[in-house]
Amino acid sequence: MNDINSPHSMGTTIIGVPYAGDVILGADSRTSTGLYAANRDSDKITQLTDNVYLCRSGSAADSQIVSDYVRHFLHQHMMQLGQPATVKVAANLIRLLSYSNKNMLQTGLIVGGWDKYEGGKIYGIPLGGTIVEQPFAIGGSGSTYFYGFFDQEWKDGMTKDEAEKLVVKAVSLAIARDGASGGVVRTVIINSEDVTRNFYPGDTLPLWHEELAPQNSLLDILSSASPEPMVS
Amino acid sequence: MSSIGTGYDLSVTTFSPDGRVFQIEYAAKAVDNSGTVVGIKCKDGIVIVIEKLIASKMMLPGSNRRIHSVHRHSGMGVAGLAADGRQIVARAKSEAHNYENTYGEPIPIKELADRVASYVHLCTLYWWLRPFGSGVILGGYDRDGPQLYMVEPSGVSYRYFGAAIGKGRQAAKTEIEKLKLSEMTCRQGVIEVAKIIYGVHDEAKDKTFELEMSWVCDESNRQHQKVPEALLEEAKEAAKTALEEMDAD
Repeated sequence: MNDINSPHSMGTTIIGVPYAGDVILGADSRTSTGLYAANRDSDKITQLTDNVYLCRSGSAADSQIVSDYVRHFLHQHMMQLGQPATVKVAANLIRLLSYSNKNMLQTGLIVGGWDKYEGGKIYGIPLGGTIVEQPFAIGGSGSTYFYGFFDQEWKDGMTKDEAEKLVVKAVSLAIARDGASGGVVRTVIINSEDVTRNFYPGDTLPLWHEELAPQNSLLDILSSASPEPMVS
Repeated sequence: MSSIGTGYDLSVTTFSPDGRVFQIEYAAKAVDNSGTVVGIKCKDGIVIVIEKLIASKMMLPGSNRRIHSVHRHSGMGVAGLAADGRQIVARAKSEAHNYENTYGEPIPIKELADRVASYVHLCTLYWWLRPFGSGVILGGYDRDGPQLYMVEPSGVSYRYFGAAIGKGRQAAKTEIEKLKLSEMTCRQGVIEVAKIIYGVHDEAKDKTFELEMSWVCDESNRQHQKVPEALLEEAKEAAKTALEEMDAD
């Protein structure tokens, strides 16, 4: 079986949405090795600096090492400049690593953050190392399932609640359909003042078509009324 | 004049007993003896102006430029040894270029000034290098607004509202202090600094000079460029008139 020895991959669903000058990032929490969920509770939204965060997808090892390098370079840069890093600089440093090592790396990243010059910004850095500044970004294997949904539902000038609801809904849609996405939904909201982390456990997420309600215990099934016997 | 080094001034790696490095001070003399360079920070940008002393009547006007663009958003006026100045400009251009390639944004002016200052300072640390015999006035416009820096041969760099180096710097500084820079636009600033340069130029001692001016301001779209011909002429005329009025008194 390919499971135990497969490289850890975060099939994943990741999203970044700016709203009203701030930014919200969202992700699922499944890290899979083949068909086995190696970690059902991962945190795919990693901090680069106080004001810039990164959503990681693809190879877990690759995305972690890239984020570690960039965190290091960004801190050096901040010490030299004497002020917080901008989201654009963070995104560019990631892009330089992704592009120069494109033959070896397999990771799609979404950089999101807030700086005093541009406000809330999202940059997508997919496989290959392009850098794209976007009004919203989606990535990971699960994102394929809501391209159309986002095209329809995303609008400019959303409030914080609207944006967060959209992100959570989209990730839960992906979790429903994508085997490589699952677990909980984590969101990170970044604005000029602070950073807020939110956590949506699986049982708080809406159920979609034909999804079964979660059972806490098999004993619940046994103690409920038995179904009608089939009569031929 | 100043005290003679007598033995402590032979190398840039030697301190004198009273804590001075004479070679650096001598390098600064090279700057002090060159044509005046003035830079001012107006409310919407920077103006740099140079009193370019013409060595020979056979030189083409506009040649031997002493103001150089470092990047789209910044420029440098050089005083002192011209060849040394050219090296500093080359280094600044290279730093600006590399920064943008790495970080994806134009180099902040403060960072550029730090890097140029580090480089100039570097050359005062080794006995097998000599200090640069030139100082620069660096002006630029980045996302934090217009900024003006001056880098001396010692490697010291400060941020200024108005700066002057070269022969007429004392007189120029006095004149700059009289200006209300924070209320002035670059368009007005160009006229004022032209008057200053014409005012400090010593007709008796020095040869004729050419006025070289550049700016980076809102009006130039935050790009560093030569002051437009028409405005340059207007400034020269105003400066000559002001001079005549002074002489007439």
